Amino acid sequence: MKRLLLACLCAAMLCGFAGAAHAKTLKMALDADPVSLDPHVQLSGGMLQYSHICFDPLVRWAKDGSFEPRLAVSWEQIDPLTTRFHLREGVKFHSGNAFTAKDVAWTLERLKQSQDYKFLFELFGPAKVVDDLTVDIVTTKPYGLVLAMATYIFPMDSAFYSGMDDSGQPKDAIVKTGPSFALTNESGTGPFAVTYREQGVKTVFTRFKDYWDTKSPGNVDEIVLTPIKEEATRVAALLSGDVDFISPVPPQDLERVGAHKDVQLVTMSGTRVITFQLNQKRRPEFADKRVRMAVEYAVNNAGIVDKIMKGFATVAAQQSPAGYAGHNPELAPRFDLDKAKALMKEAGYEKGFTVTMIAPNNRYVNDEKIAQAVAGMLAKINIKVELKTMPKAQYWDEFDAQVADIQMIGWHSDTEDTANFFEYLLMCPNKETGSGQYNSGNYCNPELDALVIAANAEFDTAKRTAMLQQAEKMAYDDAAFVNLHWQNNSWAGRKNHKNLEHILNVMDFPYFGDLVVE
Amino acid sequence: MRPGMQPAARFRSTHTSSNKKNPMFAFIVRRIAQAVMVMLVISVIGFAIKTAVGDPVRDLVGVAVSAEERARLSEELGLNDPLPVQWVRFLGGALQGDLGQSFFFKRPAMEVILRKAPATLELVLAASVIIVLVSIPVGIYAAVRPRAALSRLLMGGSVVGVSIPVFLTAIMLIYVFAIHLGWLPSYGRGETVRLTSWWETGLLTKDGLLHLVLPAISLSSVMLPLFIRLIRAEMKEVLEAEYMKYARAKGLRPWRILLVHGFKNTLLPVITVGGVQLGTMIAFTVLTETVFQWQGMGFIFLEAVERADTSLLVAYLVFVGFMFVVVNTAVDIIYGLVNPMVRITGRK
Repeated sequence: MKRLLLACLCAAMLCGFAGAAHAKTLKMALDADPVSLDPHVQLSGGMLQYSHICFDPLVRWAKDGSFEPRLAVSWEQIDPLTTRFHLREGVKFHSGNAFTAKDVAWTLERLKQSQDYKFLFELFGPAKVVDDLTVDIVTTKPYGLVLAMATYIFPMDSAFYSGMDDSGQPKDAIVKTGPSFALTNESGTGPFAVTYREQGVKTVFTRFKDYWDTKSPGNVDEIVLTPIKEEATRVAALLSGDVDFISPVPPQDLERVGAHKDVQLVTMSGTRVITFQLNQKRRPEFADKRVRMAVEYAVNNAGIVDKIMKGFATVAAQQSPAGYAGHNPELAPRFDLDKAKALMKEAGYEKGFTVTMIAPNNRYVNDEKIAQAVAGMLAKINIKVELKTMPKAQYWDEFDAQVADIQMIGWHSDTEDTANFFEYLLMCPNKETGSGQYNSGNYCNPELDALVIAANAEFDTAKRTAMLQQAEKMAYDDAAFVNLHWQNNSWAGRKNHKNLEHILNVMDFPYFGDLVVE
Repeated sequence: MRPGMQPAARFRSTHTSSNKKNPMFAFIVRRIAQAVMVMLVISVIGFAIKTAVGDPVRDLVGVAVSAEERARLSEELGLNDPLPVQWVRFLGGALQGDLGQSFFFKRPAMEVILRKAPATLELVLAASVIIVLVSIPVGIYAAVRPRAALSRLLMGGSVVGVSIPVFLTAIMLIYVFAIHLGWLPSYGRGETVRLTSWWETGLLTKDGLLHLVLPAISLSSVMLPLFIRLIRAEMKEVLEAEYMKYARAKGLRPWRILLVHGFKNTLLPVITVGGVQLGTMIAFTVLTETVFQWQGMGFIFLEAVERADTSLLVAYLVFVGFMFVVVNTAVDIIYGLVNPMVRITGRK
């Protein structure tokens, strides 16, 4: 009896070891966890990261800026308003349901209902199901960004989300304020399915055994996501081995993390541009191009990147980062204090004036310090700045009310395209069309507006690129706003994460399904 | 009668007499009324600061959502009504045990808090145990041997301890024990066991206990120096007392003299201060929990402030106000038990 027991115990232990050797768990700490399991309830980086774990888009961005087929294997434009997508065969949802064109049409319809996504899909009509594996996506006007938008179409399981839940609410309801079925249940086609979730504490993603992409080299069986908001704690958890992967890595710890023997650090120039807007309506001085130019020349943005961001940012002279259609390589950062002073003198403001400035203090990396530095730099051309900083929860109402003469804003283009920057930050504010919603500088140049609108309807990529580059040049020549930098992205994983750099990208949507852990 | 026994003997005599139940009852009723008042006042304060914290709608939507959509959502959440109207609605709900719905968690605020409360209470409990286990021997030792090198070292150390902010202590502990030595985990609660639907305990697993060590030490570091100093001072006073000399003259064992005759008589001020400090300690968990990613009430409080989750914020304030009253009431009762010379208010 005793011997039998011993044998059993040995066998059990062996199994345990074998299991441990095969099952690969990625313990991951991010600054926040997805706010819900419903991909359409909020448009945010965290929710998109989640979508890439549990759902698959029709197409996704490859590292070189091209589109990689996912649930769509190919696509063609059949007329100026219609793009036909041919879908992948044999794809299953986590619930076991088969994926068809109907799910794509259903998901697009739901996106158009979502408060957060509807503006992105404004130009989209209902999709036409041609057959089970073919779907036509139709726009109401010619639109050059259909494929970019297809990266946001993560087909959801229409059968799974149909019907009513226990409380009598439709399962597909998009609810921001109360409980709903979709907030706590998911069925996508993605590499992982949620198997445990306690909001704000822990989420466990388990590899989906029927995942369609059998060619993917990814071998992670389970992802345990813990949000760790405190920067020092997140870094400590990585260095002490409690977690295997963290993001973002705070700038002050980059060196320490990079030097650690078990850890690999990956950084990339990011796409979020940090700017200041000079309000021309509040201050007639800023309506004078020479004064705006003087401000632009007075701000040493390279110095800010170097000293405050510890080199962890890329100096910007325009909104579009390199890789975007409208990125104009000719535009160089400007900093020349003498020239700034001369411009102020020319404009008749040699003695300067006093302005107010607001900035958030917990929204962007080092936002408060950056604002203080800029205030100090403007003092050198006799513009006295009264600065007020506040938490992001209070900031945006103040921003909208335009309570200060100079206001900070960072922007990441939701379409990964140049036009988005102009539409929100620089086009003439127009309540009806919604353009210029965050243009608190009240910069208005109808010529620029016309150029951006024309670019959006242009299909010829080369022509469109030229138009958007021209738009960036116009804003640059006009000193429409003050450019600072693009924030960098950062991640840190273990040395045995073989293709870590490969699965990461500038959008900060890690493709964990493809991660190989040795 | 031995002087050390006096309080206990008195206590027995007061408790056995039959007409003493009413004052206790009156005392408790009075305290409940007090608790209600405190919670009302706190809810008013909570509503007054609510708008200053920010707009919860901003946190619910992406940046590009139009002003009209936000206004609609705000209306749906009842945030456009005047504050007094919102407060009355809140009171109406509170009477039925509903403290509102957390905007972020999309669940009743009370449920969110109750689910996080065990984590905080376990942490405070562990920290209290450390305080008791360390401060009593150290305090007594420092009183008995005030000139010993070790005493001076401990007292000096406690000055340093009290002057370092708790988050710095926490980060130093993480650096030394988690990163450098790799002995203890750096964050979180580790493996927990579900006791009831809302109580997950970390006290029953080895992993959970290991995770508890660093947060409990850093939380106790706030109060430890205070208690060491208090016990030492009280003990020094007691050591001079006549009955101590008498006990020594009687030839009792030294440890018995110190603990039974000496230490027992220092308890009164220690309990008084302890009761007040227990509340403060719950407040200090905000910092400790944030650094250690300890998923308790303090942690979600700070997050609620950042997310402008104002309904959760108000519910937390009211709940903590209630806890303060409960703790203070309990201390007053214990106080009366230890020393009946202090009469419970409400007694004629």
